[in-house]
Amino acid sequence: MTSYLLKGVSVLGGAKQDLVIRDGIIADGGKADETIDADGLVALPGLVDLHTHLREPGREDAETVETGSRAAALGGYTAVCAMANTSPVADTAGVVEQVWRLGREAGLVDVQPIGAVTVGLAGTQLAELGAMATSAANVRIFSDDGFCVADPRLMRRALEYVKAFDGIIAQHAEEPRLTEGAQMHEGEVSTRLGLTGWPAVAEEAIIARDVLLAEHVGSRLHVCHVSTAGSVEVLRQAKARGVRVTAEVTPHHLLLTDELAASYDPVFKVNPPLRTRADVEALRQALVDGVIDVVATDHAPHAVQDKECEWAYARPGMVGLETALPVVLSVLGERWDLIADRMSRTPAKIVGLDGHGGELTAGSPANLTLVDPSARRVVDPSELASRSRNTPYAGTTLPGRIVATFLRGVPTVLDGKAVK
Amino acid sequence: MIKHLRSAADLDADTATLILDTAGEMAALAGREVKKLPTLRGRTVVNLFYEDSTRTRISFEAAAKRLSADVINFSAKGSSVSKGESLKDTALTLQAMGADAVVIRHPASGAPHRLAQWVDGSVVNAGDGTHEHPTQALLDAYTMRSRLGKIDGLRVAIVGDVLHSRVARSNVLLLTTLGAQVTLVGPPTLIPVDIAAALSPATKVSYDLDSVLPEADVVMMLRVQTERMQDSYFPSAREYSRRYGLDAPRMRKLPEHAIVMHPGPMNRGMEIAPEVADSTRSTIVEQVANGVSARMAVLYLLLGGKA
Repeated sequence: MTSYLLKGVSVLGGAKQDLVIRDGIIADGGKADETIDADGLVALPGLVDLHTHLREPGREDAETVETGSRAAALGGYTAVCAMANTSPVADTAGVVEQVWRLGREAGLVDVQPIGAVTVGLAGTQLAELGAMATSAANVRIFSDDGFCVADPRLMRRALEYVKAFDGIIAQHAEEPRLTEGAQMHEGEVSTRLGLTGWPAVAEEAIIARDVLLAEHVGSRLHVCHVSTAGSVEVLRQAKARGVRVTAEVTPHHLLLTDELAASYDPVFKVNPPLRTRADVEALRQALVDGVIDVVATDHAPHAVQDKECEWAYARPGMVGLETALPVVLSVLGERWDLIADRMSRTPAKIVGLDGHGGELTAGSPANLTLVDPSARRVVDPSELASRSRNTPYAGTTLPGRIVATFLRGVPTVLDGKAVK
Repeated sequence: MIKHLRSAADLDADTATLILDTAGEMAALAGREVKKLPTLRGRTVVNLFYEDSTRTRISFEAAAKRLSADVINFSAKGSSVSKGESLKDTALTLQAMGADAVVIRHPASGAPHRLAQWVDGSVVNAGDGTHEHPTQALLDAYTMRSRLGKIDGLRVAIVGDVLHSRVARSNVLLLTTLGAQVTLVGPPTLIPVDIAAALSPATKVSYDLDSVLPEADVVMMLRVQTERMQDSYFPSAREYSRRYGLDAPRMRKLPEHAIVMHPGPMNRGMEIAPEVADSTRSTIVEQVANGVSARMAVLYLLLGGKA
């Protein structure tokens, strides 16, 4: 196993130091086979994404576990949680083990499958959550993401049931009756564009209900892709009461607004939709305050034909793994400890991934990424490693470049390029 | 001159006025024995219709033919569109055929904007989803100007299902650009959120038709689909008609000179009573005739004609 000396690296923005990676862990000094000039580079614990759509099995034309893993590594990730809305749905031990195995074979990031809450994401019958939990995939997070677990009784049961194996229900908070036919955020812009609105209250009402349910049964709730200022207030109050709730925000909801829909280019269509400037500001503040615990990408690759069409007919979603850290850098600035917390330590803790999100000190598993904060990059969709091209940042200049990523001491990215 | 007419917001006051003036010249032509101009000879206008709308299609067809353009009608039914061809592939096909202008009617809001990215010719929005219908607004403005002599300063009430109305959006934008004062009237469920901020800050909203009528120079009734009550926008056709329908007693509250408009097709007895639709105040038939003139003016100017 090749050992590496990261010469002059700044761990989390601290003073320059040398870091040696040997035998999969961060070593206590000594010699190394290879030296990487890390002068000016910042080392972060490898990023952990709680919300990734890898599309395999079923839509390998949009993404595979391997191409998504490569995109993740290039984005600085060492672990991603693969959402369950594949075809077939990841609602059995068999499917989650398949995804887990494909992740191991790709070997670029740790792929942690998320299991569906209900059979076929249909929202009517619990999937075999226990079987997925005890499978080789060791599932801890369950989500019907893409759909809301709307039935309050079913949601209550799911929250209760997973307590037996310390599971979490990750809710896609969208009251379905309030969002029938919805195309974008309901507000001034949707009125002007004549697109059916997705009202903020449809998210907030479900979060309010679910934190009460989680409190009632004493379970762990995770809220996916929080997108409104009102949701932030509901979460703030719930956390103040001690409810066991965590929440994520996507990079795109931290940066982009509903005004972008005016082009009718569905590359800006996403669910939940892009919101207003006031929502963006509230989400940024909530992320800094810790009311929102993590940044998760909701990386959602789509084939060209599913985006190169009329807005209403396009599938919602954006790719995000390769641009997440640059977007967060542009939003938060070089607050490295905060970034490490929201993009690595806390998500690793929520999903229970040992070895990820640790301190970069001697003896720790060498899961880390090196960032050049001085670099600027114009996003070019054709350069993405993801199989899909649906990035909303085409032509945008973003700060920061991922120079290298190590997974248990093995480089997955070197010199800004995927190793395999 | 602008290249596309995707939204009434594409038109500034000068451009809109030029189109209305040109429409007036085109209307004069309709009185002649030979109703045709050679202006667009050799140019191709495609009517790309993804929704059934015989009235709008034949209006555009008549407009293009009176300008001597070659007209191709491309209907979604019985074409490759029903076999699932994408809008982009259809656009590239029309492009390869050398369409100088594509007139598009589509159920999805923003389809003309997408189309304009894929064809070199001009795109004319003939109604897209619940977004806009700018040539309807032009023919409405032309009708108001013909009847009342001006648009600047007119008080226009647009009544009904504003939420789902492409006619209303285009009218608010164009009329405001031309200096009219627009009041939107309907049940709160059918008035879209933040409408004034979305379209024009001067736009007013009222839930009370009776209080608006005495102050109106123009009242424009929108078609209300009875299916809307299934979605709880209002309780029943009867209640809607009572609160927001224009019947003879209500019409008498209008000032003497005021006109009544409707983009058609009408639900007689629902949003408008037959005696109102057929009254001398009604401009409904004129609107249809003016539609051809307004669309001639649009095609003529977009395709490079000189006024």
